[in-house]
Amino acid sequence: MLNTKTISELSDLLERGECTSVEIVNDVLASIDSRDGVINAYLTLDREAALEQAKSADVARAAGKTGPLLGIPLAVKDLLNVKGQPCTCSSKILEGYISPYDATAIAKLREAGAIFMGRVNMDEFAMGSSTESSAFKKTRNPWNTDHVPGGSSGGSAACVAADEAVAALGSDTGGSIRQPAAFCGCVGLKPTYGMISRYGLTAFASSLDQIGPITKTVKDSAILLEAMAGHDEMDSTSLSLNPMTAVQLMTRNEALTEIPISDPKEYPSDTNKQNGMFSSELIDDHSLKGMKLGLPKEYFVEGMDPEVEQAVRDAVAHCKELGAEIVDVSLPHSKYAIAVYYIIATAEASANLARFDGIRYGLRLDGKDPAELYGKTRAAGFGSEVKRRIILGTYVLSSGYYDAYYLRAQKVRTLIRNDFVEAFKQCDAILAPVTPTPAYKIGEKTNDPLKMYLDDILTTPVNLAGICGLSVPCGFSKAGLPIGLQIIGDSFKEGNILKVGHAYEQTTEWHKQKPEL
Amino acid sequence: MKYEACIGLETHVMQKTRTKMFCGCKHEYGAEPNTNVCPVCLGYPGALPVLNMKAIELCCKAGLLLGCEINPHSTWDRKNYFYPDMAKNYQITQADEPLCLGGQVMAEVNGELKTFTLERIHQEENAAKNTHVSGASLIDYNRAGTALMEIVSNPCMHSADDAFAYIHALKLIMEYGGISDCDMEKGHMRSDVNISVRPVGQEKLGEKVEIKNMNSPSFIVEAINYEIDRQIDLIESGGAVVQETRGYDPDRGETFTQRTKENAHDYRYFPDPDLLPVEISAEQVAVWKSELPELPVQRRERYVSELGLPDYDARVLTAEKSISDFFDAACKQTKQYKLVSNYLMGKVASLVTEKGIAIGESRLTAETLAQVAELVGGGAISSSAANELIDVLFNEGGDPKAIVEEKGMAQVSDDSALEQWAEEAIAANAKAVEAYKAGNAASVNALMGYVMKQSQGKANPPAVIAMLKKKLDA
Ligand SMILES: [Zn+2]
Repeated sequence: MLNTKTISELSDLLERGECTSVEIVNDVLASIDSRDGVINAYLTLDREAALEQAKSADVARAAGKTGPLLGIPLAVKDLLNVKGQPCTCSSKILEGYISPYDATAIAKLREAGAIFMGRVNMDEFAMGSSTESSAFKKTRNPWNTDHVPGGSSGGSAACVAADEAVAALGSDTGGSIRQPAAFCGCVGLKPTYGMISRYGLTAFASSLDQIGPITKTVKDSAILLEAMAGHDEMDSTSLSLNPMTAVQLMTRNEALTEIPISDPKEYPSDTNKQNGMFSSELIDDHSLKGMKLGLPKEYFVEGMDPEVEQAVRDAVAHCKELGAEIVDVSLPHSKYAIAVYYIIATAEASANLARFDGIRYGLRLDGKDPAELYGKTRAAGFGSEVKRRIILGTYVLSSGYYDAYYLRAQKVRTLIRNDFVEAFKQCDAILAPVTPTPAYKIGEKTNDPLKMYLDDILTTPVNLAGICGLSVPCGFSKAGLPIGLQIIGDSFKEGNILKVGHAYEQTTEWHKQKPEL
Repeated sequence: MKYEACIGLETHVMQKTRTKMFCGCKHEYGAEPNTNVCPVCLGYPGALPVLNMKAIELCCKAGLLLGCEINPHSTWDRKNYFYPDMAKNYQITQADEPLCLGGQVMAEVNGELKTFTLERIHQEENAAKNTHVSGASLIDYNRAGTALMEIVSNPCMHSADDAFAYIHALKLIMEYGGISDCDMEKGHMRSDVNISVRPVGQEKLGEKVEIKNMNSPSFIVEAINYEIDRQIDLIESGGAVVQETRGYDPDRGETFTQRTKENAHDYRYFPDPDLLPVEISAEQVAVWKSELPELPVQRRERYVSELGLPDYDARVLTAEKSISDFFDAACKQTKQYKLVSNYLMGKVASLVTEKGIAIGESRLTAETLAQVAELVGGGAISSSAANELIDVLFNEGGDPKAIVEEKGMAQVSDDSALEQWAEEAIAANAKAVEAYKAGNAASVNALMGYVMKQSQGKANPPAVIAMLKKKLDA
């Protein structure tokens, strides 16, 4: 049952020669075969190629290659380009499209020896919070299959929770990693904007999108972050940073200093390891002594499920017991985050999705002229949520409305960001719920998009501010549905949130719970 | 009532970069369709643009050549429109903060030097090339995403002549500056023309009409003239000009409505989140300034003041960069500047016209032309032999000295040969001899003509004159 283990556990077993990558892949495939008929996380599986890659990884290991991801299979959200695999974004408009290139994050993981098992379900073009807007299937929450897994990275969270994957990749534009991780009892990390190259991540909202991991433990998230982070000359918005190892990334840090962009080749190297700033002892010391954790009153919103509030408040108390000082902080403009988010994200999406026009790839319905071809293709290819957002985004950018909507939204976005700047003067990380409620039932909110949008209220501010956030399991509702704790950190202070998350996780039992399937 | 036309040009210039504006694909003309393409310029899902800094440099250098201010902080915007020539269905351009601001173009219009002011220059990406064949449209993305800058003038021109002079001057500066080859046939330079008319004395501009995408300067002249007349006629007859986009039909010599204001695109510009602003320091601008090449007007001055050429020669030579470059290269090998100039404006120019090829495509080189000038200047060959020699060099190439030898073009200054020719001439032209002796000194020219004919042009004319005078005056 190697599929139930974490990346770091499997890496140790492989290192010690106690299992092979082929065995891991076979166990994962067996789990998919027995469970995915119900869970519906996978859109496509690449069995032969996965086994082939596992064999190569075993051969490479025998030849002396090592590394925490060598021979580890991963599930990939269906909007990240993997050369030779489909990349449908769960949309009919990209049905049949085979990607001609690797995303930079994928290329780095490939280099590290990771195996890409298959593509997992998501909300169409990442637009949604329940994975119900997928054009292909409804993914179920492994903890209660009548419930949604969350979204948009619902397939990623569900397959990890169901042990149909060791770990998965997702993307987070307004909460799309943290929310499904919380709904499915997994760990989900949304890195700082610019931490991981977006090259090869099919864009929904370019100024908000980030790739990130969904894993079984905080340490696994740190391992995947280490492998994917760094400047990429193919993405001008990726920042040039000092390289960090997973251990370093899980260690409280005051600042990741930027290195000059002219020297991107610095990555990966181990300059930090040598200067002795970080040590692995620190991560096994689960004390949070000396850390200040902020509690924003505005994030315990009206209408919040009392069970969620209680679980989060208990987690805060636990962190205090671990030695953290809890301070009150205020994020007064976060209440505008939903309005701002749905203007900026849809505006960017309206342009980003314009390329899906039936001319060069994907679905095509012919017409007597280009306009008719576009109209027919896009009418047939996009689902209703995607159409709704394209129309909204087109509207807010239209002449005469731009200043009132888009420009004003950008100004409020700055205010939201400034709130965090102020808050992080008083604390190292912020604790909050991920969602106001645990996972809801499939179909419960599909007819009320606005209600579903409001569920993103606690996650979107992090994307708008460009900072990092982590979701860690912190309890269960009476109905047995997982609840997540959100740990928010300042730009490039992943070290702070991973340290808090790891200390909390290792001193609680929540992450060890498995759904009955 | 008297009317005044106000004309502004938006000129798109394709920059001479090795690769495209936002990806590493090669920028080359005439490649097999869709071979210089990648996920970025094909607009594949997940692909992102990255700036080509060479294009930024060329755009700023163009700006510096035109006296623009370089914007220390310029930004990128998306211009949204659906058309199969734009893979992403938006074009990356600069709406609010272009790279270059202000500036001007100086141009001579009917002997008068005029200054035409610029509003801005911004950087953007080119579209793919669509070809319509029977029942289908073909798209070549090789051109998609190549670097294109747009030079926007103020509506400061008042006639087709102004516009023609402006385009010509701009083209010359772009060529001299190494910014673009400005090959009209390859579409390196295209203009959108805005035209309005207003009563003389009125400050407010009239309603403007835009004529899109013209690459031939002569069509631009025709279109402007037609459009000015059309607008004045319309107003005179009680109508009003409506703001619209018109096309020009060169066969009929008329403009026609393409798109009215009601149907105008809403491009929904917004900042491109994929690209960071470009920050340009004063130090960088100073470096670029120091690297700027010499402009035609500066070369013209140098030819007069340093090489002693007449202003006429200087102007003709600098009117085309390839000729001026050729001249400069030749003048590195010889000090016979005026002779080189004469040949370039005379024999070489006529060969270029006659053969219909550029000087660079002929087999004549700056070195061989310099040698011809040296041969003539040193008296080794005559001017007529020089023309013959240039003909050979232009068509076949080769070593000038060897050709002179081989074809027996050398000028004869040898006294015994000259003496014999002079005696023959005097014997055969009694009338001219008589006239000379009667005091008509010019008659010697007739005798010299005879000698030149007899010698098949090989006799050295000054030496012939001297010999004839010596014989006649004896
Ligand atoms: Zn390209």
